Amino acid sequence: MTTDNAHQAARDVVLARLRGALGDDPTVPTVPRTYRREGAYAAGSPELVDLLVDRLEDYRATVARTGADDREIGVAVAEALAAQGVRDAIAAPGVPADWLHGIPEHRLDDGSATPRQLDRTGAVVTGSAVAVAETGTIVLDGGPLCGRRAITLVPDTHVVVVRVADVVQTVPEALGRLDPTRPLTFVSGPSATSDIELSRVEGVHGPRTLVVVLAG
Amino acid sequence: MRIALFVTCLGDVLFPDVGKATVAVLEGLGHEVVFPAEQTCCGQMHTNTGYQHDAVGLVRHHVEVFEQALADGCEAVVAPSGSCAGSVRHQHAMLARRAGNEALATRAEVVAARTYELSELLVDVLGVTDVGASYPHRVTYHPTCHSLRMLRVGDRPLQLLRHVRGIDLVELPAADSCCGFGGTFSVKNADTSTAMLADKMTAVLGTGAEVVTAGDASCLMHIGGGLSRLRTGVRPVHLAEILASRS
Amino acid sequence: MSTFLGMPRGRVPGPPADPAVGQLTGDRPFPAAARSALGNSRLRANLAHATSTIRAKRAAVVEEVPDWEALREAGSAIKAATMARLPELLEQLEANVVARGGQVHWARDAAEANAVVTDLVRTTGADEVVKVKSMATAEIGLNEALEAAGITALETDLAELIVQLAGDKPSHILVPAIHRGRAEIREIFAQRMPGVDTGALTDEPAVLAAAARAHLREAFLRARVAVSGANFAVADTGTLTVVESEGNGRMCLTLPQTLITVMGVEKVVPTWSDLEVFLQLLPRSSTGERMNPYTSTWTGVTPGDGPSEFHLVLLDNGRSRALADEAGRSALHCIRCSACLNVCPVYERTGGHAYGSVYPGPIGAVLTPQLTGLTGGDDPNDSLPYASSLCGACYDVCPVKINIPELLVQLRAEHTEAHAEKHRLPTPEAAAMRAAAWVMRDADRFAAAGRAATVARRGIRKGKPVLPLPPPLNGWTASRDVPAPPAETFRDWWSRTRGARS
Repeated sequence: MTTDNAHQAARDVVLARLRGALGDDPTVPTVPRTYRREGAYAAGSPELVDLLVDRLEDYRATVARTGADDREIGVAVAEALAAQGVRDAIAAPGVPADWLHGIPEHRLDDGSATPRQLDRTGAVVTGSAVAVAETGTIVLDGGPLCGRRAITLVPDTHVVVVRVADVVQTVPEALGRLDPTRPLTFVSGPSATSDIELSRVEGVHGPRTLVVVLAG
Repeated sequence: MRIALFVTCLGDVLFPDVGKATVAVLEGLGHEVVFPAEQTCCGQMHTNTGYQHDAVGLVRHHVEVFEQALADGCEAVVAPSGSCAGSVRHQHAMLARRAGNEALATRAEVVAARTYELSELLVDVLGVTDVGASYPHRVTYHPTCHSLRMLRVGDRPLQLLRHVRGIDLVELPAADSCCGFGGTFSVKNADTSTAMLADKMTAVLGTGAEVVTAGDASCLMHIGGGLSRLRTGVRPVHLAEILASRS
Repeated sequence: MSTFLGMPRGRVPGPPADPAVGQLTGDRPFPAAARSALGNSRLRANLAHATSTIRAKRAAVVEEVPDWEALREAGSAIKAATMARLPELLEQLEANVVARGGQVHWARDAAEANAVVTDLVRTTGADEVVKVKSMATAEIGLNEALEAAGITALETDLAELIVQLAGDKPSHILVPAIHRGRAEIREIFAQRMPGVDTGALTDEPAVLAAAARAHLREAFLRARVAVSGANFAVADTGTLTVVESEGNGRMCLTLPQTLITVMGVEKVVPTWSDLEVFLQLLPRSSTGERMNPYTSTWTGVTPGDGPSEFHLVLLDNGRSRALADEAGRSALHCIRCSACLNVCPVYERTGGHAYGSVYPGPIGAVLTPQLTGLTGGDDPNDSLPYASSLCGACYDVCPVKINIPELLVQLRAEHTEAHAEKHRLPTPEAAAMRAAAWVMRDADRFAAAGRAATVARRGIRKGKPVLPLPPPLNGWTASRDVPAPPAETFRDWWSRTRGARS
């Protein structure tokens, strides 16, 4: 382990070098914020929902539309999992029971499942914090509806419920709604790679199937 | 309008027909062209090869010559070269400033503000796209890097070419890709330069054009040198020469 | 360092990175390395295919953003503002990371960073780490350092995995195995990936990706320590960010008990809302996607969610040298998107290995020599600023508007001046340039030289000089004809035909 003295010395030297490199009077430019910080459409607008669907399908995510009622959401979730041939799922701890009623085997995450146990779990069901229509991005914030990060990562199918009211147009609007001190995961489609000849292929280490249930 | 011609060092010594054609085009449109005889070189080769101290002397000389021309009633300086006009506009003041010569930098900015590449002068300043040229040949146009990305001439050369009578203008694939000249790059990195040139020649030959044109004699010397070595029969002809043609 | 242009008194550059540690220097100058690459037809075909694919994708997704230029302006300004306040922002970042349960370490150079990470891993008792693709750890040669300490570093990014299995070196910032085609990758997997089912393995990218998934799954599930880089670190919140595609990043950032992140000091950004700019600029410039599949952010440690121990290693390694140059410091603005590589006509033909550094392409040609310093001699990195035709395509696509051509020109001057400082005799090139400048400063001398050239026209026959030219000028005549000088220069024609008028 680095000794405290060595650590302090490295810190002092690096900071002193950086100060020396800048000299006495570095001018700090003003940042022009003329880019769009708000979209043209209000959160939840039908235009945004259509745009989000377009973007998600472009990423080869599966999209299901349903009403805002929890029972209806549960039907959509069950249908999505049945279509994938998945019988068991773990869910974020705050997911309403009505979202899960149609899944043959399901349980709420209590934080005890190890990565290996999650690897043997067919699917995960969560809510989401916010979605960005222009980029097809869904953000998980580690809260009760989204769960800890491991549960949305290890199972091969992720069913994520997005409330229409949480769909904003732009990236800045989404960041403005998020608490940066929480562990955040921005998901844009299923896992993918462009590492072979720069051609995109879906399905590597993260969930290979992403089902988005758009509710409302 | 009285216009000062900056013929460029390469244009003076190796490609005088480009300068003559530039004079012919502008005089044909009723403008007066003057050639400040004290002019030499913009210094770009020195700048881009790492000899900024040497370049600054050339910048000072260039500024002295052309600020005198402007004082003598010239309203614009024209160069039949995107690269040299680019050097005047984007490098001269910077070089002076780095040499600690703020006064020269300010003077260089005045000259730079009045300096135009030929297609810019014709389209933007003189408001002309039809110069009355006639050129019954199959031609493809290579937009040179500095005209495209330093000066942003856009499609001005093509606007001019489209008005040339009898011309069969064919689009060059991957036109905005560099030909590989890059001044001393073509000597210091001759192999890479040749690889880039090979692709440019392939694109040119694919068009079936008999003439490849551009706004820079330097890039044309490079492309033309390769086409000639392979005995392709495709000729490099500067944009000014096509615009001056009345065949 | 008095030759360092743009460096007024009052700014003291930090020491250069040691080129002997890590991967910042190749074994030959660029022209020689490029010559080998140019003759590799498979490499040329792979590069041409990959770069043209990504160029088209990037162009399409940038085109659809109406405020792209405003985002570039903001990105550029945020980075410039960051550099001007770098020490205080790093201290703020450190305080916030510590307040949220993380630990911060500082490393003056590659060797120190490697030692810090090695010690941290040893303390956990683990003999294996999983790694997220990281330029900083490639720069410092961390894998080799860990290996020397008996610790296995498993690269988990698909392209890094390909490179690691092949015993190869990365050749691209985003896609380190860009020089490999699918058939080669299949061969590498078939021969080097333990337990792979060679019968079922085809060269379909989806099949190859699935093989990588199966191969690494067990490693992720057993991993106790992960090492990552960072795309951004937010000073005012202490938040770290990794932008990725495959989910290997999430695996590393989430499952192990200990996470060690190595980050160049320039990666800090002032505020959380600054991310709203970069999270738009980076994916579209990089993979040509509207958004990359996964972006993870974390702040210190979160009980019950992810690693219980988090270490952030802040790396100098030549950055305080680059920072001292007011113009050159903009190379530190780089967000490692690799758009400049993909549009560069030189990179497209030579590939990344020719640059010798983990940072290839246009940004590498300006960043690498600034980190290691220019000797003024023939060291490999001294050749990098010349590895460009100055076509400017890189500047056009750079999401943070780094004026790479201008920096290249500046570094060329730094190189010739470093030579002049160390040597009493000028190089033949410098002498020729000085002589040419002397001729060109005076119209009479220049006119006489022009006339001499017209006389010399008889020295060129059929496009070739009658007498062979010495190097390097014979590089031109090897593949191009030389124009014969005209019978009369322009100025002589002018004075002959219009002398009376002017």
